[in-house]
Amino acid sequence: MGVETTSGSAKPVPTGPEQDALLKHITGELHDKGFVVANIDKLVNWTRTGSLWPMTFGLACCAVEMIHAYMPRYDLDRFGVVPRPSPRQSDVIIVAGTLTNKMAPAFRKIYDQMAEPRYVISMGSCANGGGYYHYSYSVVRGCDRVVPVDVYVPGCPPTAEALLYGILQLKKKINRTGVLWR
Amino acid sequence: MDLALKDLGEYITGQLPDDVTGATVSLDELMVSAKVEGIARVLAFLRDDVNCRFKQLVDVCGVDYPERVPRFEVVYNLLSLINNNRVRVMVVTDEDTPVPTVTGVFSSANWWEREAWDLFGISFSGHPDLRRILTDYGFDGHPLRKDFPLTGYVEIRYDDEKKRVVYEPVKLTQEFRGFDFLSPWEGLQAVLPGDEKAEGAEDENADGAAAEGDS
Repeated sequence: MGVETTSGSAKPVPTGPEQDALLKHITGELHDKGFVVANIDKLVNWTRTGSLWPMTFGLACCAVEMIHAYMPRYDLDRFGVVPRPSPRQSDVIIVAGTLTNKMAPAFRKIYDQMAEPRYVISMGSCANGGGYYHYSYSVVRGCDRVVPVDVYVPGCPPTAEALLYGILQLKKKINRTGVLWR
Repeated sequence: MDLALKDLGEYITGQLPDDVTGATVSLDELMVSAKVEGIARVLAFLRDDVNCRFKQLVDVCGVDYPERVPRFEVVYNLLSLINNNRVRVMVVTDEDTPVPTVTGVFSSANWWEREAWDLFGISFSGHPDLRRILTDYGFDGHPLRKDFPLTGYVEIRYDDEKKRVVYEPVKLTQEFRGFDFLSPWEGLQAVLPGDEKAEGAEDENADGAAAEGDS
């Protein structure tokens, strides 16, 4: 495979209208087929899904289920999901628990510190929409009021299995919609 | 046990006639009512007296009775490990009357008094650091008061233009739901429409089952 030269000789084509025409032809073919760009996309997406490092962000009882998901029975390590203590190292943040008004600015700050591409998994009723504390004076009615959410995991709390499914759904989403620049 | 508690209550009221207004025993628990201005003296006595030795302050909390005239009560729960005994000391106060702090007697009271201030707005005079402890920074109101609205006054969201979290007045998309608690399983006396048919059907079934059993 590879790009075949039209002249058939190993000599470089001298500058001029002939070289311009050749370059234009090759670029045009790349543009037409989009062959190279599409495959880099796929490769990048595959590498991204292979090491989704979540920011540790346990806020309430959901955090316990999140811990269960990391433990040997479900073992998120198998999927390259390793909890990170720093937003600078993380690709995804799992909001596990009740997001309160007092916590929300800190949460947004952590989200802002994460490097692109970044994803958000909202875990449990409280993070999804306030849940049990929907009418409370001190709870944010859904963490999507503060950050854009990619995957919602329902449950109160969701089982470790449900969270695992959510992470797999996020992988699917990245594979399907992922682009080089978000 | 009951008698011993009663004796202890009488002993406390006898020793502190100026500060203690009464002592009662109910449900095997001793409750002592004290005057606001003497609360620190009462707790110091309960801690140091040979017969009391309530060395631990387990809890300080506020109670709001909106129908009473001094609407708040401050409750101090004390524990004596030496005598295996507990006592509850109560004082009444309102929004404007500060309660003398007991941090000088029990240093553990520090954060509980801050909590009572935060959630009820009961002020404590002489407290070393009386500021909010639980609620949001710049929070308005005291949420455990009975007249505080459940959903509060503000809610937050991230403003993409200002690039920060902003506070806005509460707007509920769904109205708060009231429940009548008259569930069909308890409390409801009236026959639900259709129930009488169900009972009739049950009888028929029973008859049918009996007939089948015979055959």
